[in-house]
Amino acid sequence: MIPITTLSRALRNCLLILCLGLSFVSADDERFQALALELTTVKLAQTQPVLEKIAETEHPVLLQLFQTMVEGDLYYHDETLELLSVERIDGEYVIKNLLSGEVLPIDRDITTKIRVNNRLRVWLRGAIAQIQLTADDASARLAAVRSLLERYDDDSIELLLSLRADEPNTKVRSAMDTVLAMNTAENSADTGARVASIERLSDSLEPDVRNLLVELSYETDAPVVAAEAQRALERIEGRVNFFGHVDTLFFGLSLGSVLLLASIGLAITFGVMGVINMAHGEMIMLGAYTTYVVQLLMPNHIDASLWVAIPAAFLVSGAFGVLIERGVIQFLHGRPLETLLATFGISLILQQLVRTIFSPLNRQVDTPSWMSGQFEINPVLFVTLNRFYIFVFALLVFAALVLVLSKTNLGLHVRAVSQNRQMAKAMGIRTARVDALTFGLGSGIAGIAGVALSQLTNVGPNLGQSYIIDSFMVVVFGGVGNLFGTLVAAFTLGIANKVFEPVTGAVLASILVLVFIILFIQKRPKGLFPQKGRAAE
Amino acid sequence: MKLKTIVKGAALAVSASVAMSAWAADTIKVGVLHSLSGTMAISETTLKDTVLMMIEEQNKKGGLLGKQLEPVVVDPASNWPLFAEKTRELLTQEEVDVIFGCWTSVSRKSVLPVIEELNGLLFYPVQYEGEESSKNVFYTGAAPNQQAIPAVDYLMNDLEVERWVLAGTDYVYPRTTNKILEAYLMDKGVASDDIMINYTPFGHSDWQSIIADIKKFGSEGKKTAVVSTINGDANVPFYKELGNQGISAEDIPVVAFSVGEEELSGFDTEPLVGHLAAWNYFQSVESSANEDFIAQWKAFAGEDRVTNDPMEATYIGFNLWAKAVEAAGTTDVDTVEQTIIGMSTPNLTGGTATMGANHHLTKPVLIGEIQDDGQFEVVWETDGEVAGDAWSDFLPESKPLIADWTDPVKCGNYNTETGTCSGQNY
Repeated sequence: MIPITTLSRALRNCLLILCLGLSFVSADDERFQALALELTTVKLAQTQPVLEKIAETEHPVLLQLFQTMVEGDLYYHDETLELLSVERIDGEYVIKNLLSGEVLPIDRDITTKIRVNNRLRVWLRGAIAQIQLTADDASARLAAVRSLLERYDDDSIELLLSLRADEPNTKVRSAMDTVLAMNTAENSADTGARVASIERLSDSLEPDVRNLLVELSYETDAPVVAAEAQRALERIEGRVNFFGHVDTLFFGLSLGSVLLLASIGLAITFGVMGVINMAHGEMIMLGAYTTYVVQLLMPNHIDASLWVAIPAAFLVSGAFGVLIERGVIQFLHGRPLETLLATFGISLILQQLVRTIFSPLNRQVDTPSWMSGQFEINPVLFVTLNRFYIFVFALLVFAALVLVLSKTNLGLHVRAVSQNRQMAKAMGIRTARVDALTFGLGSGIAGIAGVALSQLTNVGPNLGQSYIIDSFMVVVFGGVGNLFGTLVAAFTLGIANKVFEPVTGAVLASILVLVFIILFIQKRPKGLFPQKGRAAE
Repeated sequence: MKLKTIVKGAALAVSASVAMSAWAADTIKVGVLHSLSGTMAISETTLKDTVLMMIEEQNKKGGLLGKQLEPVVVDPASNWPLFAEKTRELLTQEEVDVIFGCWTSVSRKSVLPVIEELNGLLFYPVQYEGEESSKNVFYTGAAPNQQAIPAVDYLMNDLEVERWVLAGTDYVYPRTTNKILEAYLMDKGVASDDIMINYTPFGHSDWQSIIADIKKFGSEGKKTAVVSTINGDANVPFYKELGNQGISAEDIPVVAFSVGEEELSGFDTEPLVGHLAAWNYFQSVESSANEDFIAQWKAFAGEDRVTNDPMEATYIGFNLWAKAVEAAGTTDVDTVEQTIIGMSTPNLTGGTATMGANHHLTKPVLIGEIQDDGQFEVVWETDGEVAGDAWSDFLPESKPLIADWTDPVKCGNYNTETGTCSGQNY
């Protein structure tokens, strides 16, 4: 039998070791815990001082804490007050303990969000950058260094100098050099070093570098520095202006691709078949609503939804097109005025239909993650991804359509019927069927355009109306019946609009383009590329 | 003989009209003049529903003066001249006692001549540019000094903004507001180089170059903010493009005067977190009156619906009108108009709204940041309520003007320097 005293002694020793061990780990940990607790009670205006104290603890979870907070995902448990990260993944909330990373099976209702505002976000991003300077991921280091461009101080410069030697990534190194050069150009006592740094900076397109150079060019104490800064500035301005023009060109192409998508279906129904189709815009709208419905049906697969929506929209709008052609337009052949009025009526009916089914309010169509954001070519030139994909998509649709019309049997029949209906009939082509299919094809393509437009603009009952005028403008300007004319016209109008816009403002730019087209049509009523030959008459 | 027929006819007419009015006296007619289609439907449909909800609620309480309220809903379809026609229809054919309606200032300006000619009563529930006070209109939304000016003050003092982009839709509200803001900023010592003004058409959807310009303007070393008076559904592509071009609220905050919870319910707010809006009410404000109102609204319109500032303004306007009709014992426009002045009713943020002699309300001013759930978090507010100022003090031509619809002034644009009323009604 073990004496009780021995047992108690052993227990005491055991506890002592345990306590020692714990306190060993948590010298900083305890302070961190206390501050984290404070975070759950502090008012929004007093949060920053608490965060500053937390940053001083240099606790390993710091980076994760700040990142969670800046994303607005930081919560706390209402009872235990432990910090949580609450993320929404595929429509479900995943709640984790921030410190341990353990997933907790608790309801979101018993958690409270720790609020952040802009001021805090700015501070947090700065703090994250400081930590990220030594991160493993090169792109994180690059972002951290670039955030120093805006505000660097003696401490961060010292840190950079020590990190510079071991930096393996050239991009990060060059960004570090830029910050160091900025510091030298601004603060060095040696005029020679300043001039050399400025010369180095004249290759950079970073806005912060430009702002520094503007400041330096007014420096009256050191005329050499000011003159050098002025020279570097001129060089940078030249390049910035050049990239500005490239940017405008891209904007123009992007607007052009939207116009192309919107008008390409009309180029078939109006251009090839000669039907003045006022309901064309509503075919686009139906395509956009199809996207909305598809996303409703697959809420957890938004990224893939567009691939389903494109064929679905083609079928829905195409079916409506065939229905309209069979139900109304076929009885109005050769009576353009009646066709115009009838299709206008159809457009109003479709709008009201959508309004009744889906409500007059705009519907939310989500953007897949691979279409959000932008691609940075250099610090002054960006390409937004959604616009870029839509540009590529417009060209693909156009190419597909040209192929269908020139290489397939249907295309051959369409061209035959549009050129000489009687003769085509005599050759045994079922013109009625071809008419219906052609109209369906044009409407289906308008539906596809709707999928693309749902990523750019409002999905509402009036979506079609805002594109119908533009579409007719493009088709008439390009030359009725000529697909390539539509392509050229769409890009010409897009670029013209974007070239005017910075000078005249958006309102006047569209007026100017309209006036230009009116004058052009006066001079050349058949558009850019008129159809030639007997068939044209 | 002939005289007899005339007398007979007149008697008949009189009795007919008496019978008519006796029949009409069964209900009090309330006109609802909000666009249910077109570009403004996104915002205005909600207000129609709000008025209907308020009427239903009032009828449950026994109506007014022992009569039931009867809504008369018309659709002016975002078509400004149609607003005037529909007003005439409401006042002459339907003979409504009061109208709740309009959103854009152009629609209000189009209604003004009609409502003054026929001596109707309009409650206008949206923030607007001021520079107006009509005897026949009560402005229950914010005047510039209750929204635009405090918002700019907040940006200037708290966020230390030095450069300003004033972006708006091309019509009277943004143009006048921006004129006032420009004068105000100049007054505060902002150089004209540091102010960029931009207008776009209704429903504008291609924002690429404008956002790129704003980005460039904001990258020139001074803290920049965008003051947005962009209206209607053009906001969705505007914010989408902002998100796509990577402009976060920390770089260039956008403070919007026409974007509320309802507009945000149309899209994913994740990229917009931190951008601002200035209003006199947010759904997220904690007060018992607000909780009741939200619950009532959700029960009426659906669980997923949100509330917003113009709804609160409609709520206040309706309550003031109902209270005034009870107090006056009649729906007669002139009597009700005089009764409302000076009257108070609780607002939804825990304070009181009092109608001033210039037909404008007292309101608290709140600045909120957009959250990822489409709600706003209040980051700044005024101490107590601010009285609405019809004529801006920052425009030289309207500085000496005041509006006062009580005796002895009784004028919407009384010039305090010359002591005259211009005679123009609005």
